[in-house]
Amino acid sequence: MNEPGLKDIWVYLSASPLLGLTITLVAYGLAYRLYLRTSSNPLANPVVTSVAMLIGLLLLTDTSYNDYFEGGQFVHFLLGPATVALAVPLYQQFSRLRQLWLPVTISLICGVLIAAGSSIGLAWLLGGSLEIQMSLAPKSATAPVAMGISEKIGGLPSLTAVLTVATGITGAVLGTKLFDWFRVKDDAARGIAMGVAAHGIGTARAFQVSRQMGAFSGLAMALSAFATALIVPWLVDWMQMLL
Amino acid sequence: MQFLNGITLLLVYQLLGEITVRLAGVPIPGPVLGMVMLFITLWIRGRTPESVEQASSALLAHLSLLFVPAGVGMMAHFDRIADEWLPIVLALLLSTVITMIATALIMQLTTRWLVKPDSSAQGGSEQ
Repeated sequence: MNEPGLKDIWVYLSASPLLGLTITLVAYGLAYRLYLRTSSNPLANPVVTSVAMLIGLLLLTDTSYNDYFEGGQFVHFLLGPATVALAVPLYQQFSRLRQLWLPVTISLICGVLIAAGSSIGLAWLLGGSLEIQMSLAPKSATAPVAMGISEKIGGLPSLTAVLTVATGITGAVLGTKLFDWFRVKDDAARGIAMGVAAHGIGTARAFQVSRQMGAFSGLAMALSAFATALIVPWLVDWMQMLL
Repeated sequence: MQFLNGITLLLVYQLLGEITVRLAGVPIPGPVLGMVMLFITLWIRGRTPESVEQASSALLAHLSLLFVPAGVGMMAHFDRIADEWLPIVLALLLSTVITMIATALIMQLTTRWLVKPDSSAQGGSEQ
């Protein structure tokens, strides 16, 4: 009496990685098309729309995140090699970087300190728990780095991953507007700020504006991943002594 | 084959990074150390091999896609976020805006002060 209805097929599929992987790629494909159709309007950021589509679908079909991640992990895993791959644009911008090494170093260290310090400070002021403060602290670094740091300083790595993505989206959506308001015209400065504040998602946006801005954003993202890993655990110790 | 070689090399560097981090107990994520090691290799060799170039552009061209599964993870944290939504949303938003503006202004000012103006912003930044 158990005819294999749609529901059974779904139950079967949702337990296999095939479904999670496929819907991730399909959702992103649709989101990217939408993004192009709105002539790359930052508000139609493909990460936002694909995440929204996927969460909607999973909630509608009552599928758990763990089941989804069986397949999603294959995409997620590529963040590791993608981080390594950043060495290439970094190397290609080396001559320009050499010229600007002093301003870049100063902006990077200040940027990383401001990113972590302001998120801990603001969360503390607004009554956020210690766990939330620590999960927010590394949010401007790229996801795999941020998750590693979060674990070390007592945050929740998976929450940090979400906050990191949200940070990247915020930066990608608001970045160019903010630069216009504050009359930052130089692509190097725009790129560095984008990469420091909004990591890979900001970098993806920066590449849409110009190659130069994208390269600098990639550079800043790579270096600030490194700087965040070195600076944030130390900053947290120091701030905890103060607060 | 080029592409496959490139991906393999990226994974080898990631693995080297992970192993070094574990062995030396340094507080840096493995992929970041792998990136530094690859950067040093490229620097010593003086050029980027075609295979690595291909694999790297392919991965970085759709960098945003790679963040999607982590973003969907939001649904596993709805309760937590609902509990403390005000500090989370405000701290995240304000801190990102502050960081973005401050870093851009610091970079602009320090470039003006510290770098001679003859080096104009004209660079063929081919990816």
